[in-house]
Amino acid sequence: MSAAASPVEKIKADSRYLRGTLQESLADAVTGSLREEDQTLIKYHGSYQQDDRDLREERRQQKLEPDYSFMIRTRTPGGIATAAQWLKLDAIATRFANGSLRVTTRQAFQFHGVIKRELKPTMAAINASLIDTIAACGDVNRNVLSAANPLLSSVHATVHAQAKALSEYFLPKTRAYYEIWLDEERVAGSDAHEPEHEPIYGTTYLPRKFKTAFAVPPVNDVDIFANDLGFIAIVEHDTVVGYNVTVGGGFGATHGDPTTYPRLADVIGFVTPEQVIAVAEGVITTQRDWGNRAERKRSRLKYTIDDRGLDHFKAEVERRAGFALAPARAFVFDHNGDRFGWIAGEDGRWHLTLRIEAGRIVDRGERRLLSGLRAIAQIHDGDFRLTPNQNLIVANVPVAQRAAIDALVAEYGLDLYRSASPLRLNALACVALPTCSLAMAEAERYLPDLVTKLEARLAAHDLADADIHLRISGCPNGCSRPYLGEIALVGKAPGRYNLMLGADHRGQRLNRLHKENIAEPEILDTVDALLARYAGERGRDERFGDFLVRAGLVAAKPGIPLEVRT
Amino acid sequence: MSANPALPLIPLPDAKAGDLARLVDGLDSASLWWLSGYAAGLASQHTTVARAVSTALAKEPVAALRLTVVYGSQTGNARRLAEQFALKAETAGLQVRLLRADAYPTRELKSERLLVVVVSTQGDGEPPDDARGFVDFVLGKRAPELKELKFGVLGLGDSSYPQFCEIGRVLDARLAELGATRLLDRADADVDFDTVAKPWSERALQSVRDQVKSQTPLATVTPLRPAAAAGWSREKPFAADVIANQRITARASDKDIRHIELSLEGSGLAYEPGDALGLWPRNPPALVDAVVALLKLDPNAPVRIDETTQPLRLWLSEQRELTRLSRPLIAQHAALAGSAELNRLLSPDHSAQLQKLIADYQVVDLLRAYPAAWSADELVAALRPLTPRLYSIASSQKVVGEEAHLTVAHVAYDAFGSAHWGAASHYLASQGEAGRVPVFIEHNERFRLPRDASRDVIMIGPGTGVAPFRGFVQDRAASGANGRNWLFFGNPHFRSDFLYQLEWQDALKRGQLARLDLAFSRDQSDKLYVQQRIREQGAELYRWIEDGAHLYVCGDATRMAKDVHAALIEVAVTHGGKSLDDATAYVSQLQQQGRYARDVY
Ligand code: SRM
Ligand SMILES: Cc1cc2nc3c(=O)[nH]c(=O)nc-3n(C[C@H](O)[C@H](O)[C@H](O)COP(=O)(O)OP(=O)(O)OC[C@H]3O[C@@H](n4cnc5c(N)ncnc54)[C@H](O)[C@@H]3O)c2cc1C
Ligand SMILES: Cc1cc2nc3c(=O)[nH]c(=O)nc-3n(C[C@H](O)[C@H](O)[C@H](O)COP(=O)(O)O)c2cc1C
Ligand code: SF4
Repeated sequence: MSAAASPVEKIKADSRYLRGTLQESLADAVTGSLREEDQTLIKYHGSYQQDDRDLREERRQQKLEPDYSFMIRTRTPGGIATAAQWLKLDAIATRFANGSLRVTTRQAFQFHGVIKRELKPTMAAINASLIDTIAACGDVNRNVLSAANPLLSSVHATVHAQAKALSEYFLPKTRAYYEIWLDEERVAGSDAHEPEHEPIYGTTYLPRKFKTAFAVPPVNDVDIFANDLGFIAIVEHDTVVGYNVTVGGGFGATHGDPTTYPRLADVIGFVTPEQVIAVAEGVITTQRDWGNRAERKRSRLKYTIDDRGLDHFKAEVERRAGFALAPARAFVFDHNGDRFGWIAGEDGRWHLTLRIEAGRIVDRGERRLLSGLRAIAQIHDGDFRLTPNQNLIVANVPVAQRAAIDALVAEYGLDLYRSASPLRLNALACVALPTCSLAMAEAERYLPDLVTKLEARLAAHDLADADIHLRISGCPNGCSRPYLGEIALVGKAPGRYNLMLGADHRGQRLNRLHKENIAEPEILDTVDALLARYAGERGRDERFGDFLVRAGLVAAKPGIPLEVRT
Repeated sequence: MSANPALPLIPLPDAKAGDLARLVDGLDSASLWWLSGYAAGLASQHTTVARAVSTALAKEPVAALRLTVVYGSQTGNARRLAEQFALKAETAGLQVRLLRADAYPTRELKSERLLVVVVSTQGDGEPPDDARGFVDFVLGKRAPELKELKFGVLGLGDSSYPQFCEIGRVLDARLAELGATRLLDRADADVDFDTVAKPWSERALQSVRDQVKSQTPLATVTPLRPAAAAGWSREKPFAADVIANQRITARASDKDIRHIELSLEGSGLAYEPGDALGLWPRNPPALVDAVVALLKLDPNAPVRIDETTQPLRLWLSEQRELTRLSRPLIAQHAALAGSAELNRLLSPDHSAQLQKLIADYQVVDLLRAYPAAWSADELVAALRPLTPRLYSIASSQKVVGEEAHLTVAHVAYDAFGSAHWGAASHYLASQGEAGRVPVFIEHNERFRLPRDASRDVIMIGPGTGVAPFRGFVQDRAASGANGRNWLFFGNPHFRSDFLYQLEWQDALKRGQLARLDLAFSRDQSDKLYVQQRIREQGAELYRWIEDGAHLYVCGDATRMAKDVHAALIEVAVTHGGKSLDDATAYVSQLQQQGRYARDVY
């Protein structure tokens, strides 16, 4: 390994395929934390060590270690769970976690607050629900996104099957997960590097996390261009004839480091369904071999492409795939949000999209989301779908069931989607404090309050039903994909944010930094002034982000052409 | 701990050297200090030196009418009284030897002529650890006839315990049974022991003198005890600044345990790891007000007891127990309230209920439950004098210099619809920035790190029992002791009650702790305590003990100490292949050897 390799590379290499000393770490009763190396390795098993940052200082004074606990993330390609699985996950959230289920921006569930002593039973319980957490985190191909919008049921099914197949194909092959969490007998000699091996990843896996998504136009709910690798379904006569391939999307950035930046993916061509795995393997292995393993800040695919050149990269992918990509097909996205309420699928089954603010499913006052969804799961024979916008679809409901479900929705206060303003319906916020170790400012906990304040400003300009996409991230990593928000806050310090403006609502144009490191009053006033202009000068159906760019109030970044024709 | 054999004997003629060696053998440091003072006193009066020394170091059988004062003491009260008594006797010109019970050569008992025993009662009706061997011997079959012996016993105790002054009582009875005659009747001193001990000592001294013919003063003694050197004492406490008062249990915990740091700067007070700190509390102002209001008394009414006259409020807040009930008070209150119910509780066959009342009720609860009209004077006279509370010192001066750290469980709970507090722990827990509290050092020679730094130590301290071991580990780390340290700790919850977690983790990293075994009782469905860990680690634990490790237990006396003791015996059975009897003997032998010390409360 080159001398310059980042420490993480050594940890991976020495880990005996992700085993490290996790067993020993788990057995250490003196601390609620893991050994440092194991904190890196456990990510590949789907979990992050965290601590309650609200209590950190207080506990330090109490001579107590931080209140360590673990976040566990599921690998749920396309975010589908049966009603039976839902009940199991709900039980786990109640018994082992902090009494909440968290819908993520990548169609996964997260449990928060699982303590070390209960980590193993929790992992085992998740597995018993036939959902695993392998590769939900770590330098591997992560949970694969798939358009949640089930309007075209058959197309959705095809694409989802494709996403699932891809997710499984790129799973790590190590048995570490089964040995550590499920007491599987250790395969002989597997602490030597043979006979076990990782055909695709090798001993050091990828240089960095890798994300893949499948979109079904005209809805870009997955924000396809934010992914390292994307497939845009091309549908003809209701069948998927193939996919446009996108590469090099990614959002992570570091404040004040211009060598890091959010980047939208490039569309590099078209492949048939049969070619999907091959081209994906070409992209992933090229990133594996070309990616920057010295500096994790610049190891994502987007930098590999910018450093090596897109054409050069594409050529290498084609070489590895063994075929040339066909020219990209035409596609149009008209928005990247969700459609709330009941929608009939073409097969006559119904789907109810519920608004889950910041994805947090928990009982809070009138809104008893966790209990309500438990009640629904008990009578529901279809399934549940997580959307990349942190919302939830009660899917495949026979028409006869609708009334019963509506009743529960009302009873448990799951009906936010009926009353909320468009702003509140479409806003995204990452988790941030208190669990996220990287958070610089509040996000999830701040969202409801901020929305209320912005609603007041909107109302003042008669814009109460303006559909404006708001996104908040607690730091520049951009977990709520803030760089695609028409209005976005990116955390800089407690109570202080960078105000970003001017993205479209299709996930095709990044926003721009408008004001740096400002607090709420200035945020509200700045936005207020722009809303005033918008109220007066907007064109018919003109969206806020588009208006800001047209009016020259923010300098647009060149994005993906609104319509890609060929 | 016997006197340092490396005592420089050079200046003495050999014959004397031998005598001296025999004399000092087995004396504890208190006695040695006294002796050095005695010698200094002699030296200051040349005329009498020759005679004095010759008698002082006279050969066996030791001068016919030498008074032997033996004490058994857990927390120092009996020791202090014995020392005072010995000093008085000495100053009165008597020939005295002062011995801690476990330093008393029991074979000499048969040749004793004058014996005074000052002993407290511990556990429920058990001897203090340092008197176990002595009491066993006297009560046992091997005890000799004592026709020649004249003796007196002063028992110390706490009337809120069912077996009040049990040990003093049984020793007194047994000595008589062995044929000895009383110099005077036994006295049982309650926690306000001075009120009983002073007059008893006077009378005891008198009757000892009557026994001793020659009454010519021999020497006067210059006291040289270290505590005395500092000038501060139980009676004359030092006002220590509270420099830290930090809760060390997490929010979620239902315990409120404080880490308290006191400044001893300028006091000259010195302590060793294992010593305790005495604190004179003040009752919670809210409680004082409640009592005064309840009895419709005037807080400013002057009340006179003996020579002191001061306002009622002052008596109640600084000089009388309001949080601890005692039998005598209940008795007086029963009479005053004319309560048949209370009187029934006081009858012998209801002692269990009485104990429960004493445990659950504070004075104010009694007053509420059984109304009676107390006058200010009656009340103050009836209430027990406030007594200091002891706290194991949780630091080593090698590390903290002129500071003393404590680990204090704040006693605060709701009962009978009102908030209740423990006087001392609440007094400490309420201290803010400029707080000052009256303290003294309570030396505990029985609870000392091994002199031999290469010895391993095993420390068993759940809850606040961990306090002295923080001092132990600090001390052994600072002095670079190469023996290993093994700590057993327990509390309800890992996340909220792991006292000094960060410090222990650090000590483990630095190798200052070799092992840390934890028992968090409520983190799993069935309760789990340190004694279970002791059993689990039995093999290793036994190996350590066999290799000479010293054992220490600190914390709850009522249950933990007993269960741990039983667990240790079990370990000796399972891993030492001993019979139950042998194992029991083995463990108590460790106690006799001072290799198994307890500081329990
Ligand atoms: C839960 C979630 C946000 C949410 O509110 O839903 C999330 C939460 C975290 N992300 Fe993220 N990320 C989540 C989607 C994203 C996205 C959006 C997406 O992928 O569509 C991004 C931007 C796209 C991208 O990857 O570039 C994103 C970019 C990051 C980064 C920056 C990566 C980079 O290239 O620099 C980090 C930090 C890192 O990896 O070093 C990060 C790290 C984290 C961690 C694990 C913090 C950490 O590393 O300790 C956060 C855990 C917080 C917590 O307490 O749960 N997360 N993260 C999303 C989980 C997705 C999933 O189910 O897998
Ligand atoms: C040698 C020695 C060392 C000690 N070391 C320590 C130490 O390191 N740390 C420490 O915290 N303590 C230690 N103690 C105990 C300490 O001395 C006090 O006894 C303790 O702090 C309680 O005293 P207090 O004045 O606060 O309560 P008190 O006023 O003495 O008692 C309060 C009253 O409330 C009752 N009571 C107490 N707790 C409860 C409860 N939880 N529920 C209901 N009723 C209750 C009692 O029966 C009593 O009647 C030690 C004791 C000894 C003898
Ligand atoms: C844990 C413990 C148990 C006690 N048990 C008794 C007892 O059973 N009977 C009694 O009369 N006094 C009992 N006492 C009270 C002591 O005897 C009393 O505090 C005495 O002053 C201690 O004297 P010392 O410091 O010489 O040991 C107990 C004290 C403690 C701390
Ligand atoms: S954006 Fe930053 S603060 Fe928010 S979850 Fe991701 S890493 Fe944490």
